[in-house]
Amino acid sequence: MGDVLVRVPISEQDPKVRATNFEEVCLGYNKEEAMEEAARCLNCKNAQCVKGCPVSIQIPDFVAAVKDGDIKKAYEVISQSSALPAVCGRVCPQESQCEGKCIRGIKGEAVSIGKLERFTADWARENGIKPQGAQEKNGHKVAVVGSGPAGLTCAGDLAKLGYDVTIFEALHEAGGVLVYGIPEFRLPKEKVVAAEVENVKALGVKIETNVIIGRSITIDELMEKEGFEAVFIGSGAGLPRFMGIPGEQAKGVFSANEFLTRNNLMKAFKEGYDTPIARGKKVVVVGGGNVAMDAARTALRLGAEVHVVYRRSEAELPARVEEVHHAKEEGVIFDLLQNPTEILVDENGCVKGIRIIKMELGEPDESGRRSPVEIPGSEYEIDCDTVIMSLGTSPNPLISSTTKGLDVNRRGCIICEEDGATSKDAVYAGGDAVTGAATVILAMGAGKAAAQGIHEYFQNK
Amino acid sequence: MYPIVRKEKLADKIFLMDVKAPRVADSCLPGQFIIVKIDEVGERIPLTICDYDREAGTITIVFQTVGASSERMSYLEVGDSFMDFVGPLGQPSELCVEENLEETKQKSIVFIAGGVGTAPVYPQVKWLKEHGVDCTVIMGSRTKDLLFFVEEMRAVAGQLCVTTDDGTYGFHGMGTNQLQALVDEGQKFDHCVAIGPMIMMKFVCKLTKELGIPTVVSMNPIMVDGTGMCGACRLVVGDKVKFACVDGPEFDGHLVDFDQAMSRQAQYKTEEGRAMLALQEGDTHHGGCGHCGGDK
Repeated sequence: MGDVLVRVPISEQDPKVRATNFEEVCLGYNKEEAMEEAARCLNCKNAQCVKGCPVSIQIPDFVAAVKDGDIKKAYEVISQSSALPAVCGRVCPQESQCEGKCIRGIKGEAVSIGKLERFTADWARENGIKPQGAQEKNGHKVAVVGSGPAGLTCAGDLAKLGYDVTIFEALHEAGGVLVYGIPEFRLPKEKVVAAEVENVKALGVKIETNVIIGRSITIDELMEKEGFEAVFIGSGAGLPRFMGIPGEQAKGVFSANEFLTRNNLMKAFKEGYDTPIARGKKVVVVGGGNVAMDAARTALRLGAEVHVVYRRSEAELPARVEEVHHAKEEGVIFDLLQNPTEILVDENGCVKGIRIIKMELGEPDESGRRSPVEIPGSEYEIDCDTVIMSLGTSPNPLISSTTKGLDVNRRGCIICEEDGATSKDAVYAGGDAVTGAATVILAMGAGKAAAQGIHEYFQNK
Repeated sequence: MYPIVRKEKLADKIFLMDVKAPRVADSCLPGQFIIVKIDEVGERIPLTICDYDREAGTITIVFQTVGASSERMSYLEVGDSFMDFVGPLGQPSELCVEENLEETKQKSIVFIAGGVGTAPVYPQVKWLKEHGVDCTVIMGSRTKDLLFFVEEMRAVAGQLCVTTDDGTYGFHGMGTNQLQALVDEGQKFDHCVAIGPMIMMKFVCKLTKELGIPTVVSMNPIMVDGTGMCGACRLVVGDKVKFACVDGPEFDGHLVDFDQAMSRQAQYKTEEGRAMLALQEGDTHHGGCGHCGGDK
């Protein structure tokens, strides 16, 4: 047994190799490694890690089961709280949640809770273990709008409580951002996402794809015509933002959403798929969030030299440390404290470069981050053929504009209580549609809270 | 799955299909579009709705084969199914909304349809006819063999003018020439709807601006999801960036930047061309010329 203060190392694909393929970066623990890592857990009485988990997984219990080699039991513990453990084990920002609170982390490295969760969920899938559904149905029909992390979690929890749940998904495949946004090399689609969606279906949840709520049918119609007694809206983020600088409409400028959707949902990177994608030679990604990292690393794998241009410094990068680290290892170049002022366009309307101004950090702004200030006279140009804008999204007005009595705030996000209750009776909401772009696990937390809120609504009815 | 219940070849490379999609047929209105995907590997293809039958639960689409996906679509027959068919998407045409009907009845409306644009014009004219509004329709194509829906359109239009660029049928000239001729005869129009290739809509708008006729166009830029997520379909309309999928597809034609829209539409031309060649030539496109990358 190694140093108890240090994590059991995890194997990853070599950066040089993985920069040219779409296979998963992290290869995960095997059972021996997982048991050894689990043995580092102090099994705290007053477990801080649980408080750091938005869906309150009983972490010490599942880790103890892993330590004993009883992985089935570990899976059962996790399943009580999470419908998507194989997803969360891969994409949650554990360093600022469960692992961020781990007592082991004070003197040494926190227990690798995320990697243990991933191991447990993968083991359960490989061994054909499914979560248990409700014994009895209660006959109440609930509609869930969107099959992303918020919707799947809410639907799964409601199904376990005996509700008759149908998810309506606008795209042709279930999974939301797990399918169109997060790339294969971070979250395998067939092996992990499709399998967890199947698990939610195994709880009795029905999923109807190709139904766009607000157009194919409205929320009011779902309740009046199709007999749904309550609705959860987890419709996700929305329209991509652009900078409003000259040249942004040129050929070769994409939103990160478009670039990633072509690659992930439409599988443009795979031989034999019809959807085209721009395989740039030199790509500039603007922004510093997880989506920017996903876009940068995807462009790299499609064969480009990739620069990430971000207006603040490394310390302010909103992306997870692990993602930034992986991106650097793979060869993504970070041009920090810099901001585009113009996209340069050639005579055919194609991108030929981008003009950048250097920045320095000034006083903190309302977000608490030091706000970047332009350094006069520091402009320079980068030659490139592709620019990917990853600047976040603003809410899609489709549902709010077609649902009577559903209040939104001035930014267009749906207003709701902590239990997801909106201004409209029996209609709940959660995830990015409420918060604006955030993380998978926060959306899951909101889906979970709303499932509880909906359950209480029926009990008090 | 969404079965094809009728298929017709309307003209060279132009096909009509009725597709069973009850949820779409239940709620769609003229001016809206659908997205269709043939199978696992297919693209998501946006197509404007050409007709709908709420009772039968069917949607009529008309498409021209331009790329690999639409070419493959044309191979499908009655009894085959699309894997995915979603809609209705976008805003309905402002003309075909019951609340606006009184206002619409006051207007003298002219539709100008070019090429496959005839198909999406048809349900609007039909809806207006059913609501007691007679319109003028100018429909045109390059040549007689590419015309379709002439009799269908005649049945619903108040006045129908058919044009061909080469004079093989009807008025010899383009839609713009025909409109100018009608105006010169003394006919007055105070609303125009133009649907067709972008270049045609651009020239209609140039003329109607001179004639002072407010003009609506239906834009068909590149799209991926079509639900307001990817931003591929963005257009500049009166100095504002708009998304055709949620803000459109219909816009004030006098404010649309057509040159930019046409440039953006050509974004994937080479990729599309290659995919098309691969499909037509099968395994023959190997070895490569050293420049095209076919050897890699």
